[in-house]
Amino acid sequence: MSSSISDVQLIVDGKRLDGRTENELRPIRMEVGVIPEADGSAFIEWGGNKIICGVYGPRECVPKHDASPYHAVVKCRYMMSPFASLDEHSKSGPSRRSVELSKVIREVFENLIKTEAFPNTQIDIFIDVLQAEGGTRTASITVAALALANAGIPMKDMVSSVAVGKGGNVLLVDLGKAEDNFGQSDMPLAISNRDKSIMLLQMDGLLTKEEIVQILEMATGACDVLHEKQSAALLKFYEEGEQDDLNL
Amino acid sequence: MGEETRDIILSNIRRDILVDTLAKGSRFDGRAFDQYRPVKVRKGVLDTAEGSALAEVGQTRVLAAVKFDVVKPFSDRPTEGVFVTNAELLPLASPTFEPGPPDENCIELARVVDRTIRSTECVNVKEFYLEPEKVLGLYVDLYVLNHSGNYTDASTLAATAALMNAKIPKYEDGKLIRGEYSGPLNLRGGLPVTCHMIKVGNYWLVDPSRDEELVAETVLSIGNTDTHVCTLQKGKGSLSKDELLSNIDIAFKRGNDLRYILQKD
Repeated sequence: MSSSISDVQLIVDGKRLDGRTENELRPIRMEVGVIPEADGSAFIEWGGNKIICGVYGPRECVPKHDASPYHAVVKCRYMMSPFASLDEHSKSGPSRRSVELSKVIREVFENLIKTEAFPNTQIDIFIDVLQAEGGTRTASITVAALALANAGIPMKDMVSSVAVGKGGNVLLVDLGKAEDNFGQSDMPLAISNRDKSIMLLQMDGLLTKEEIVQILEMATGACDVLHEKQSAALLKFYEEGEQDDLNL
Repeated sequence: MGEETRDIILSNIRRDILVDTLAKGSRFDGRAFDQYRPVKVRKGVLDTAEGSALAEVGQTRVLAAVKFDVVKPFSDRPTEGVFVTNAELLPLASPTFEPGPPDENCIELARVVDRTIRSTECVNVKEFYLEPEKVLGLYVDLYVLNHSGNYTDASTLAATAALMNAKIPKYEDGKLIRGEYSGPLNLRGGLPVTCHMIKVGNYWLVDPSRDEELVAETVLSIGNTDTHVCTLQKGKGSLSKDELLSNIDIAFKRGNDLRYILQKD
């Protein structure tokens, strides 16, 4: 976490930098079926994040020695585009960060997809962050759940994801970029919709156990709101069909 | 029979036997569910590094070395030093480690240990400013020398111990004078450790052995100081909120045991 906590004022007159209250999510727009060639796809605009996800499979497992006769192999590639931030053009290709995030995102969906129904196959989840403003991993999970549903891949439950944390000594839902960079702690969570299990759990910064108890409740409430938005986006797709153009 | 088929059959058998054993209230090696294997930490095991330590958790051994260099600061933090953690799962340490670029487990290990230490701000990087465009870079290298399960906790122990052991080299005329020191690296606040645990059947096991890790359904690391949680990292599987909260209590208790060992040795 930042060692310059005091440098940036995150709470001014009881409001966050972008005017939100502690429990408020940034504006979110979700679209399903945005990549006609993919088996399933979705796009999410979440605050300043723009993330697109394509799903392929179940399909033949490549390389063959990755295949399992017992279940489908889930593969996930999370990538940040070199133009995703206001800073300089960053290196393209996998970074240490993107390798870790691909792993923890894959581990969310390995719990949810009924992989045992598709032995000897693989299911690919490709996530590309076109524009980033804090909370890309949680927005990625939220949009990937839509793309998997759109691909018709059987899942045990839906999942929604949000980063909660602490900034300016206040517990906050849906950390923005400055809150992520200069806050006191950051805790990305993914929670399954029906049984409220924790599917993604990471945290850095400092929190007491009492704060964690409180912040879990805040995250659960936010995930319920996200789940409603996800359901609405899926419903819209199946009522109206594919959009003619991609609305970034 | 393919390799994976064999592995799955073996791990199913292993899992069933382990769950039977756990149902009787003990683990293969007789430990309680929340008990660590013997933990030993030795500081100052290398002469060439500015700080070093070897941590042993059971037979799992991790070497940590601290080196300082003069580096350029990050442009958004021009007066702060740089803290970097790297990990190597050496191919000699386990039949399952392979040569080649770091895999996701290795990168995850380095990043979890890095966040655990960074979150506590026990290393004050603001003291690493030298002159414009020049700051100290502190590198922690983790070498896993034998993997018999739970390299996460052994790595955090080794890293924290190596930092406790580290001395800052003298800086003169824009260069570090190797072998001469301006003083010890002073750590602030509570010492960071991690408590790594897995779920098998309905049982949560602290400090899993290699046999136990192979059949884990959920994997969780909880970094803590004496007062705060400073990292959480879930690997495979899922857990409930209640499980998380009760595991945090266990992590504080075992974390205090580990901190005692770090201070004593």
